[in-house]
Amino acid sequence: MSEAVLMAEGLRKAFPTRHGRETALDGIDLAVRPGAVTGLIGPDGAGKTTLMRLAAGLLVPDAGRIEVLGLDATRESLAVQAAIGYMPQRFGLYEDLSVQENLDLYADLQGVEPAERPARYAELMEMTGLGPFTRRLAGRLSGGMKQKLGLACTLVKPPRLLLLDEPTVGVDPVSRRELWSIVYRLVQQAGMSVLLSTAYLDEAERCADVILLHQGRVIGQGTPESFSAPLAGRSFEVTWSGGSRRRLQARLAALPGVMDATLQGEAVRVVSETARAPDCAGLGEGTVCTPVPPRFEDAFVDRLRDGTRHPPPPSFGARQGNGRAVIRVEGLERRFGDFYAVKNLAFEVHAGEVFGLLGANGAGKTTTFRMLCGLLPPSGGHLEVAGEDLRHAPARARGRIGYMSQKFSLYSQLSVRQNLEFFSSAYNLRGARRRARIAWALSAFELEHQANDESGELPLGYKQRLAMAAALMHEPEILFLDEPTSGVDPLARREFWSRINALAEAGVTVLVTTHFMEEAEYCDRLAIMAAGEVLALGTPAEVKRRGLASGAAVPSMEEAFIRLIQGREAA
Amino acid sequence: MSRRLRGLLRKESLQILRDPSSIAIAFVLPAFLLLLFGYGVSMDSKHVPVALVVEQPSAEALSFVGAFQQSQYFAPQRFLTRQAALQALRERRVDGVLILASDFAARFKGDGDAPIQLIANGVDANSARLLEGYVQGTWSGWLRRELSARGVPVEPPAEPETRIWFNPELRSRNYLVPGLLVINMTLVGALLTALVMAREYERGTLEALMVTPVTMREVLIGKVLPYFVLGMGGMALSVAMAMLLFQVPLRGALWVLVLTSTLFLLAALGMGLLISVLARSQFVAGMIAIISTFLPAFLLSGFLFDIDSMPAAVQVITHIVAARYFVSVLQSLFLAGNVWSVILPNALALAVMAAFFLGMARRRIRKRLD
Repeated sequence: MSEAVLMAEGLRKAFPTRHGRETALDGIDLAVRPGAVTGLIGPDGAGKTTLMRLAAGLLVPDAGRIEVLGLDATRESLAVQAAIGYMPQRFGLYEDLSVQENLDLYADLQGVEPAERPARYAELMEMTGLGPFTRRLAGRLSGGMKQKLGLACTLVKPPRLLLLDEPTVGVDPVSRRELWSIVYRLVQQAGMSVLLSTAYLDEAERCADVILLHQGRVIGQGTPESFSAPLAGRSFEVTWSGGSRRRLQARLAALPGVMDATLQGEAVRVVSETARAPDCAGLGEGTVCTPVPPRFEDAFVDRLRDGTRHPPPPSFGARQGNGRAVIRVEGLERRFGDFYAVKNLAFEVHAGEVFGLLGANGAGKTTTFRMLCGLLPPSGGHLEVAGEDLRHAPARARGRIGYMSQKFSLYSQLSVRQNLEFFSSAYNLRGARRRARIAWALSAFELEHQANDESGELPLGYKQRLAMAAALMHEPEILFLDEPTSGVDPLARREFWSRINALAEAGVTVLVTTHFMEEAEYCDRLAIMAAGEVLALGTPAEVKRRGLASGAAVPSMEEAFIRLIQGREAA
Repeated sequence: MSRRLRGLLRKESLQILRDPSSIAIAFVLPAFLLLLFGYGVSMDSKHVPVALVVEQPSAEALSFVGAFQQSQYFAPQRFLTRQAALQALRERRVDGVLILASDFAARFKGDGDAPIQLIANGVDANSARLLEGYVQGTWSGWLRRELSARGVPVEPPAEPETRIWFNPELRSRNYLVPGLLVINMTLVGALLTALVMAREYERGTLEALMVTPVTMREVLIGKVLPYFVLGMGGMALSVAMAMLLFQVPLRGALWVLVLTSTLFLLAALGMGLLISVLARSQFVAGMIAIISTFLPAFLLSGFLFDIDSMPAAVQVITHIVAARYFVSVLQSLFLAGNVWSVILPNALALAVMAAFFLGMARRRIRKRLD
């Protein structure tokens, strides 16, 4: 193996906060090999962006050193910057300049000779498919097109090393797949080395090499197979005829020797602590247990699980859920000027159901949510929530719903308890009832030890729990969760979903938006949205069958999504 | 000029042309302020509403009232009773009450003195003082005329012969409008520049720029030059409006005006850039720019309030306000001419400030994100 294109030794970096310094990177050693795609994988706050910026010479390390293409990234940053391409998270595009003007600017800055430009531009336009849009303003491109333009701008002068900071987060699966094929092409045809960071664990399998980052530390480096190989023979899919799959999941999770149990369409996916199938005999007749290949995420969970088993999620009390429709939407639309954010939307959600809205950024999920919560008046159509027409009785309907927004809407300077006190008073809770609800929230969400901590200083997973508790203070019938798991690590995500399941079992209706494909499997029913419209609606299994041309094997949710979008474009 | 700098300049110019808000701040807002101050705000008192109460009509009283009605400073209204006039004063329908007591004519005929009573509304102390002066002047003028008409020799001990230089008509517009030019340049130079640079930090575009071989000196020049052109354009519009619309004379040389404007604009641009480099968010940069450049240009520059009548401590502070020097330069350039003893020291101060702020911005802008 030849010399590494990027090498870090004992790399440390902390940032000042109000309470001392917060460590972003805590002694990193790694090497990125040339001519391959290396994935830098980890949840939000793992230190991915800090590492990228250190490599690009934009930050100075507190300790240790980082070498890029044989140059010291800190002391020789100008030379490094001339040799690498770097795409920051928000693509670094000037939205009020056209596609061509953005390219020209970066060509000027990178010092590409005018004579070389036409050929290079043609190549990039062919690769990204942006050829027909060169005169369009970058701000008017879709998320996927912006991502490709950002990539084209960093590639104007072919770099030897390409750093891509979360290029695939929040873009639709089709654009994601296209980006990956571009990256492969660069590696194979131009011999480029690529370091790509992502929060999606399922992208690990697309990389030649994986660096797993968690809380500022490297917790593993190697080929994706080297991560999942130790888990061979430990993954199973279980189905039963005993009714609710959620109950099956809870039963399986409680079995000894089971490390992980997640919903997977109609089945439950189980990872054992050892290479032994879970003891399904006690689960009754009709229980089928089939071995399945391990996934990268299993390895992550395996490494992070600290041996202590999580207690079963607390009960949220039972409520009457008899399958009546609690949300009814017909012909719903929302225009902003001449732009339709949501068009011709129609669906029903039943009591006690977990209903998912799946789509890329800009698909219309958040707009739909805001209309359902009465925060945004629809431009047309009919909308009924908890039996109330939102146009006429928004306040009454709002008293029966809980809403957790993407940014968690917490007051970061208030303590956990003060936040809960505030939100309960906002919902008009008083006296003994208020005290009881706060006590319930602290215990049900395991926040007792953090009750007096400032909520802004909590880790992401705790903030998310607190936000969910705040939305449940008034015991709503319907809970809206807008991208609640964006950026949290897989363990926190599992914990979060176990709470959602417990809520649903208790009869609370849950609506959730997500851009994680595997979370779609956790929903009872879901709608896939693209460009403001619903592409498919149904149970996960139904949606996956819809994406299929023939009756071949059921593809993954992502595969179904891609086929649905392609089918729409063909039509 | 390097290709990189050319690219940055082209990008910045395109952004200015496409962003309606920068055109608005550079041209529309200055024009609006000029119209507002030129037409709407006047520090002169003319046609002041005054209540006149004549308690005992007489030939002398009527002649006195006539003198008031002719004066352009007053818009007298006759009231029959003292009570009605005072009520009008309370309701602010008039700014003052002038009372000719019932013995006005008798005293005048007797000892040649004709006392009048003025009750002025002191809420606006400035206007009250002006009113008092005008009434005094009109009254003594009338008294002198009446007495000399009767052949009574009037020998005032000394008569001041006032001559007002540079602005003989005492038009407040003539000194307000040059001061406003300073405000206008502050808007483009400091506020707009602070916002656009902070926007690059906020939107993450600066991060992408920094990873190219571009130098931060080029990034700064790429910002300064386009906004310099924009600021000078706004200045040209303002000067044209001042001279053509408000007939403010320009008695100094145009080249001196261009040169000192250049110095001031560079100082303002330097402040704007320094603010955005330190603040890195549009909201914070905007607030700091307003508080540290725009408000002082209004309050501490001598544009509205005379610096010599400020408390000593505040006077000291005005020395770090770049606008102060430019206001002095502009007021002399427009109204007095090329008074080198005023222009040179102020221009020097502007040059020092421009060098300081641009230098600080250059020192503080690093190709690093921490």
